Amino acid sequence: MNLIKAEKLSFRYDDESEYVFRDLDLTFRQGEMAAVLGHNGCGKSTFAKHLNAILLPTGGKVYIDGIDTCDESKIYDIRRQVGMVFQNPDNQIVATIVEEDVAFALENLGVPPKEIRERVDEALQAVGMYKYRMHSPHQLSGGQKQRVAIAGIIAMRPKCIVLDEPTAMLDPIGRKKVMNTIKKLNNQFGITIILITHYMEEAAQCGRVIVMDEGKVLLDDEPKEVFSHIELLKQVGLDVPQVTEFIWELKKKGVNIDTHIIDEEECSSILLKLLS
Amino acid sequence: MFRDITLGQYFPGNSIVHRLDPRFKIIMTVIFIVTLFIGQSAVSLELGGVFCVMAIVLSRIPWKLILKSLKPIVLILVITSLLNLFFIKDGLPVFEWRFIKITETGINTSVFMVVRIALLIAGTSLLTYTTSPIMLTDAIESLLSPLKAVRFPVHDLAMMMTIALRFVPTLIEETDKIMSAQKARGVDLDGGKIMDRIRSVVPIIIPLFVSAVRRAGELATAMECRCYRGGVGRTKMRSLKFGPADIIALLISIYFLAAVIFVNAKL
Amino acid sequence: MAILKTEQLTYTYSQGSPFEKTAVDNVDIEIEEGEFVGVIGHTGSGKSTLVQHFNGLLRPTSGRVLLDGKDIWEDKKNIRTVRFRVGLVFQYPEYQLFEETVYRDIAFGPRNMGLSDAEIDSRVRSTAMAVGLSDDILERSPFELSGGQKRRAAIAGVLAMYPQVLILDEPTAGLDPKGRDMILSQIEDYHKRSGCTVLLVSHSMEDVAKFATKILVMNESRLFCYDTPQAVFKRSEEIYDMGLSVPQITRVFDIMKKRGFDIHDEIYTVKYAVELVANELRKKGRL
Repeated sequence: MNLIKAEKLSFRYDDESEYVFRDLDLTFRQGEMAAVLGHNGCGKSTFAKHLNAILLPTGGKVYIDGIDTCDESKIYDIRRQVGMVFQNPDNQIVATIVEEDVAFALENLGVPPKEIRERVDEALQAVGMYKYRMHSPHQLSGGQKQRVAIAGIIAMRPKCIVLDEPTAMLDPIGRKKVMNTIKKLNNQFGITIILITHYMEEAAQCGRVIVMDEGKVLLDDEPKEVFSHIELLKQVGLDVPQVTEFIWELKKKGVNIDTHIIDEEECSSILLKLLS
Repeated sequence: MFRDITLGQYFPGNSIVHRLDPRFKIIMTVIFIVTLFIGQSAVSLELGGVFCVMAIVLSRIPWKLILKSLKPIVLILVITSLLNLFFIKDGLPVFEWRFIKITETGINTSVFMVVRIALLIAGTSLLTYTTSPIMLTDAIESLLSPLKAVRFPVHDLAMMMTIALRFVPTLIEETDKIMSAQKARGVDLDGGKIMDRIRSVVPIIIPLFVSAVRRAGELATAMECRCYRGGVGRTKMRSLKFGPADIIALLISIYFLAAVIFVNAKL
Repeated sequence: MAILKTEQLTYTYSQGSPFEKTAVDNVDIEIEEGEFVGVIGHTGSGKSTLVQHFNGLLRPTSGRVLLDGKDIWEDKKNIRTVRFRVGLVFQYPEYQLFEETVYRDIAFGPRNMGLSDAEIDSRVRSTAMAVGLSDDILERSPFELSGGQKRRAAIAGVLAMYPQVLILDEPTAGLDPKGRDMILSQIEDYHKRSGCTVLLVSHSMEDVAKFATKILVMNESRLFCYDTPQAVFKRSEEIYDMGLSVPQITRVFDIMKKRGFDIHDEIYTVKYAVELVANELRKKGRL
């Protein structure tokens, strides 16, 4: 079933400025994990902000679980269904104690205190930060802060989480932990994930990859298919995983090889076969 | 340089003092301050001291931390004691040399003032050491809530305080970083004439301001995403509830206040 | 002679307090002039603290830092000169922009050096060109630029001091692939043209693998190794276990090694891997 549906979506900030995107059609199914790629300024973050009514369309419609985002009376239903996590972990944590921050959204929604307590503990356990519930945010690493931010969203029990470059400011350890958390939320809890990223290796871990350029959807397919368009991706300022590039270069040299390779395990298997 | 500031820092724990209702703790602190200031004699200070020491022991806050909270006011303490020592001329002279005259009253007053200020700081630090900033904010919000009747924006004020507290460490770190970055481009923060010094602050203040504005914008969006809509219909995970322990603690502090008033009356 | 040298460099934060922490522990290192050094290590490994000693932003708790054979703390008054000779670009340097125009911001460092207007003008224009900022951008406010442009303007502000040693702390953090490649190739060009010594601090072996002539690895406040990329990548598995990212292509060959196929070579760029595999295949007559 389609959870999110954007129909002929157009947006510009005001009458004088140019359209960020025009007539964009895009749907997301309940439970899928999709990556959105595109260079900075291609409109992907602006698109993301339409998914929970932070921005409203200039033209066209966005439906979340059948609800029109323009319906003001339903705005908090929409924001509860589609949570957002942003790039800078520092600028989305409100409270001075981890668990208080995770409770923030539930307090805003008027959830009874006893239920808040349960849901906060649950959310912190889901992201593996329960131990740190009494810490203050500035004692945490970037990756830990980002997981707290995610907990603050999942406490709302959303159907979908949109993450706008959640790992861009993190080190490799933090990045890996955040990615594992996101994948777990998708696998175990069936939460729909929309991941905006610049890391091709992260995109390769998703079930679907959408490439945006100049406000249009350029490619929308399984990662293996998307990354096989290596020249097109480079043209629009993107990259492919190193192994994909490697296999592709071998193919160019005349090696008979399947170019749909995106991770190192597969790549080493295929090389072993080739070389032994 | 900024890392050493301890004032207003929370020291997590689970002692009886930590667990007291923050509203009661604020009221008790106010009573404590009043006790110190109306006290006229050594006995009344001793009473205040006993109360303070008792609270510190119960809180299980390390003495080292309490002493650290006194560090920023060492200079004030020294000046106060010297002023009292040298400028109080009445009473029995203890020491005389040329124009310097130290009297018994001088020594007494000097010790009295220093102990009073030290107790004042130690006691109020204990409040912030044992109460998380968010609890303090909650307590202030709750104590001020009668003002809602006159349309005073109590919730908004509390939210602003929370956010300010949350961003103090972040902005301190940021200031440190911007200062280093500008020093790397040759800004001289240590020497030079007054005008040069003022000018050298510009490359630090502007980036800090720009960054604060950017952070505020991003934070506002993040709060909107989490369904923030002001204080209307809001609940709290931790609602403040007081129990017998809070009332007993309050009674104890009132008892000390009464004792000091009694001692004063006897003088 | 080494341009930068440390002798038993140790730095302890908040010494004497309960928060005491040794961030750099007894580091001895010699960096030759003209080298392109990749400095890697995870968060808290001490790499950023280490490089802040090279231009005298931090003063060693014990040990010495020598620039061109001279202790930089020998004369405290000269520390500003050291900062002009060793340029340091911090992480997210765009957050330090403050002037009304890009031109004036880039000119800030050179002006602090007390250079003539003509010299400043020529430096601003040439460094702006080096980072790909056109003349019309120079007259705009730095706050109107795109993220990538801001970053490059901030880097130009340090380049314009014409430092002998250029240190960049994570210059590509948060950029998209295009912006990342652009900045890295501009740094490499600058290194080649000016012959200055470059230290590039990064979490990513992938970024440094392409350009570095030497790699410095910090781990838990200590110097893990300082050597050529070949030698360092021989220990790629140890480095991966430290929590650093190793190029994906290196991991492919590490996996093959575990499965019993050792290619007896250190692979850290795609280009090299392609050549190597193609040669192997040719040897076997399969290509």
